[in-house]
Amino acid sequence: MKLNLRVWRQKNSGAEGAMVTYEVDGVSPDMSFLEMLDTLNEDLILRGEDPVAFDHDCREGICGACSLVIDGDAHGPERTTTCQLHMRSFRDGDTIDVEPWRASAFPVVKDLVVDRTAFDRIIQAGGYVTAPTGSAPEAHATAVPKADADFAFEHAECIGCGACVAACPNGSAMLFTSAKVNHLNVLPQGAPERETRVLDMVAQMDAEGFGGCTLTGECATACPKGIPLPSIAAMNKEWLRARRKVR
Amino acid sequence: MALAPSKDTAAAKDTAAKGSASDREAAPARPPSRTPTRGFWSSTIGKKTVMAVSGLVMLAYLVAHVAGNLKVFFGPEEFNAYGHWLRVMGAPVLHHQWGLWIARIALLAAVGAHAVSAYQLSRRDIKARPTRYAHRRKGSSYATRTMRWGGIILALFIVWHVLDLTTGTVHPGGFEEGRPYQNVIDTFSTWYGNTIYIVAMLAVGLHVRHGFWSAAQTLGVGNARRERALRLTANLLALVLTAGFIAVPVGVMTGVVN
Amino acid sequence: MSYLDFRTGEPIADTKAPAGPIAERWDTRRFEAKLVNPANRRKHRIIVVGTGLAGGSAGATLAEQGYHVVQFCFQDSPRRAHSIAAQGGINAAKNYRNDGDSVHRLFYDTVKGGDFRARESNVHRLAQISVEIIDQCVAQGVPFAREYGGLLDTRSFGGVQVSRTFYARGQTGQQLLLGAYQALSRQIAAGNVEMHARTEMLDLIVVDGRARGIVARDLITGEVSTHYADAVVLASGGYGNVFYLSTNAMNSNATAVWRAHRRGAYFANPCFTQIHPTCIPRTGDHQSKLTLMSESLRNDGRIWVPKAKGDTRPAAEIPEDERDYYLERIYPSFGNLVPRDIASRAAKNVCDEGRGVGPGGQGVYLDFADAIARMGRKAVEAKYGNLFDMYERITAENPYEVPMRIYPAVHYTMGGLWVDYDLQTTVPGLFAIGEANFSDHGANRLGASALMQGLADGYFVLPATINDYLARHPQAEPVTDEHPAVREALAETEDRLHLLLSVDGDRTPDSFHRELGEVMWEFCGMARTEEGLRTALRRIPEIREEFWRRIKVPGTGAELNQSLEKANRIVDYLELAELMCLDALNRAESCGGHFREESQTPDGEAARRDEEFAYAAAWEFTGGAPVLHKEDLAFEYVHPTQRSYA
Repeated sequence: MKLNLRVWRQKNSGAEGAMVTYEVDGVSPDMSFLEMLDTLNEDLILRGEDPVAFDHDCREGICGACSLVIDGDAHGPERTTTCQLHMRSFRDGDTIDVEPWRASAFPVVKDLVVDRTAFDRIIQAGGYVTAPTGSAPEAHATAVPKADADFAFEHAECIGCGACVAACPNGSAMLFTSAKVNHLNVLPQGAPERETRVLDMVAQMDAEGFGGCTLTGECATACPKGIPLPSIAAMNKEWLRARRKVR
Repeated sequence: MALAPSKDTAAAKDTAAKGSASDREAAPARPPSRTPTRGFWSSTIGKKTVMAVSGLVMLAYLVAHVAGNLKVFFGPEEFNAYGHWLRVMGAPVLHHQWGLWIARIALLAAVGAHAVSAYQLSRRDIKARPTRYAHRRKGSSYATRTMRWGGIILALFIVWHVLDLTTGTVHPGGFEEGRPYQNVIDTFSTWYGNTIYIVAMLAVGLHVRHGFWSAAQTLGVGNARRERALRLTANLLALVLTAGFIAVPVGVMTGVVN
Repeated sequence: MSYLDFRTGEPIADTKAPAGPIAERWDTRRFEAKLVNPANRRKHRIIVVGTGLAGGSAGATLAEQGYHVVQFCFQDSPRRAHSIAAQGGINAAKNYRNDGDSVHRLFYDTVKGGDFRARESNVHRLAQISVEIIDQCVAQGVPFAREYGGLLDTRSFGGVQVSRTFYARGQTGQQLLLGAYQALSRQIAAGNVEMHARTEMLDLIVVDGRARGIVARDLITGEVSTHYADAVVLASGGYGNVFYLSTNAMNSNATAVWRAHRRGAYFANPCFTQIHPTCIPRTGDHQSKLTLMSESLRNDGRIWVPKAKGDTRPAAEIPEDERDYYLERIYPSFGNLVPRDIASRAAKNVCDEGRGVGPGGQGVYLDFADAIARMGRKAVEAKYGNLFDMYERITAENPYEVPMRIYPAVHYTMGGLWVDYDLQTTVPGLFAIGEANFSDHGANRLGASALMQGLADGYFVLPATINDYLARHPQAEPVTDEHPAVREALAETEDRLHLLLSVDGDRTPDSFHRELGEVMWEFCGMARTEEGLRTALRRIPEIREEFWRRIKVPGTGAELNQSLEKANRIVDYLELAELMCLDALNRAESCGGHFREESQTPDGEAARRDEEFAYAAAWEFTGGAPVLHKEDLAFEYVHPTQRSYA
């Protein structure tokens, strides 16, 4: 296949950027999208040009590093991570637009690489259970109803890629934050910090400059791990509950 | 790049250039744009809660309003009597018109709270996503846009509506206080009156449809199990309100009300 | 000087493991270890490189104890370390099933599974600690699978006869890592951990014979800087990416351990690599990495290839009597469930015969047709649905209708920096934990044991043993940038980066990496011969020479430059690869993942040679031919036997 790529190129966080067009030939449908970019970069290096910078690591859909907006969709047209998107989803002669995540809380570092440390700081604000090593009781001391364990797991699956923020017209991080709040707040182990966790994480989320939620549902549609939209309502409930209990 | 909340943040920009070593040292991760606080009103969820509650107050009012409006089909006497009752509502405990004024003030507060939180949230949302994608998708952010523009349309409509049928300032023909039946007929005898009203009522429907469901999510009532019921209720409310309100101008136009 | 001229140096006498009954050794060691007064801990800085299961848990725990931790990862967030990709589960001798499991049985299984090339004392400690790991992770909120009664579920794994593997669907690694990441995040917020993300360690600073810091490069600004501490902990993972194609993450690399090796840390058993039999085959030259499919698929799938060479018919058109279910044929009692190394080698053999399937003939079928006929599609879907979906997403083939194609791939490296019982390397003050050390797995790692080892090292072992080192070396002289050792390390790093940027040749970093990988896979992969290894030892220096002549790295060093990062990692692969081949050549026996064709039983199985090779090979870097130090392995509790699966 032969493709026209229009890729966002930006030298560094302070520089102006622009979409630049490249022609990529000899693309196999079995290639992953990132492997297609690899071949483009090989060409660019040999031509003495700066290869396109993009974040990627595990290439099996779990580390959450890859982060491309492809034709306006976070992670592209299939509901997976960018690394699991294959070129068979495109046709010969297609023009494909490749852009970085867009949100003021995720500034562009270079080309398609953005700074997602805001997510780390949201977790640092309360996305944990205070359980210093060595202090743990026997694992079977507390039984957890299977339904709660499954609910926790469903939310714990979040890979922190930021597609929810990239897809949201408001650049909101509610889905990301709610996934962690719901994971920990439903478990008995997370109960002692239930109120402070949600209040502090939401406060940090707001402080990072993410937008508010208008429930467009774009986040849940883009989420490669299927974190559901009602996750946000569940966090709102936790937050209001915490507001009532904590003064 | 240090991840922890960092001390020196000034030179975060333009880090990749060949700046001196000390320049580069001062290039920590982008810091949060403000200090985190747990305050209710400073939180996006707090503001959304205010929007949800004030929206529900207005929604309850609209339901009462549409019920009252439909009395127009029972003739001028009953309709005008209803208008009169609004003024003596709460009597004899309350003084003449006090009930009405209490309702008006509550409504005004709801409108104000709704508008202020909407404005602040919208500004924040626009700031959070300053750069658009070069590749625009169709249909994205549909609900947000309809809520924002719909809200503005409704705000303008309310102003006209009050000036038209409450104060009579822009009323076509002779406005007579205490004779609402005739006033309604006057308004809906003009093409623009009908147009403004019908467009606004369609906006009400769209706004309520997403707003009611949204409010449920914001207040944490929504979950996967109730999803269908909430969507159904939202659609039903939107339909009943829009149809109920539009019935009046249609009634006037078709001569059912005269 | 050629690596082949290596000589044998002094054997390693003391591993610091206490004497006495094996079950009491860890208690003894902990009691004998000196402690650091809690008030003094704040004054000690500890550098931790890596934030995977081992590094994340160590950083969090050391900070909880009161140390000042300075931690590094090259990823943009500590949450993305490659431990996150581990699928299967984590072993622990909880015996919740009441099926006869015990610490001793886990110890026994691990030593035996490692084909008697692991250190008994360490493995026993690992089995003891396994129990505490589960408690710790549950307390952190790790959502392990549970039964309807609300208690933890377990499953059996990798041919072990007890059900001791705890899991969180197919994402156990992710959930355990996020647990450690969250604990680490708490310490970052508390100011006890200074986290440097997107910062890669490029060298170790050794001052007066002790590890005192690292040289690191900020991957965003390109700045090369020095960081000092009282001890350095490497938790930087394995070196499977020497092979170019592996199941490791794209950026997983060997630079931290290799640079430490160059600064004096012995490298042990580099040739011990694990090759996993069930990965999705490569589709062409563009392939950048390989994806693992859970081993559990072999419980119900049947592995076969056509009987005839070069048979290119679609699977469905090959009649039953023209198929060769080779594992069932060669190993009638174990069939498709033979251990990883045997399944991998058998697949290689049939492909070498020209009977492989799929593009390039590098694959064998894993067929579920019989399973679907026997259990029904529903049952197969319930058991393997998510794996089938993953396979279909990557290959665009529906495994319910056509057989899957699988091929072995490099998965884990048992070798690594040599460490004593305290996990300290031969450089005082330098510790190695997790996959980065030569670990507890001997010549072959059992399934679900990597997560166990990483967390045991990070949460429990290192935090106990590093105390002893720090207590014995209180308040070391502060190191400054002016120290000659620092200047030298910094200058070497900067010169290396500068050289990479200035060669301006005509070949990309990836092209060299791919070429090296092909040599390693061919000659130091699943089956190794003296001749092949000698060929590789000749080829690798040639590639290295060509690399320094023709490498092209665009851009500058003062910016985010992913080509430079890659090229710099390849520099180290090109050196490490040579040591791997030398170790493989020296170990003229077959054991675990290391199969020397010269050393096999008449029926083609691995033949260990305990009299000559019951040792861990610890290599010392000299700049020229390395020096081999042997650590003799004594087996007091588990007596070596030959494995047989026929």
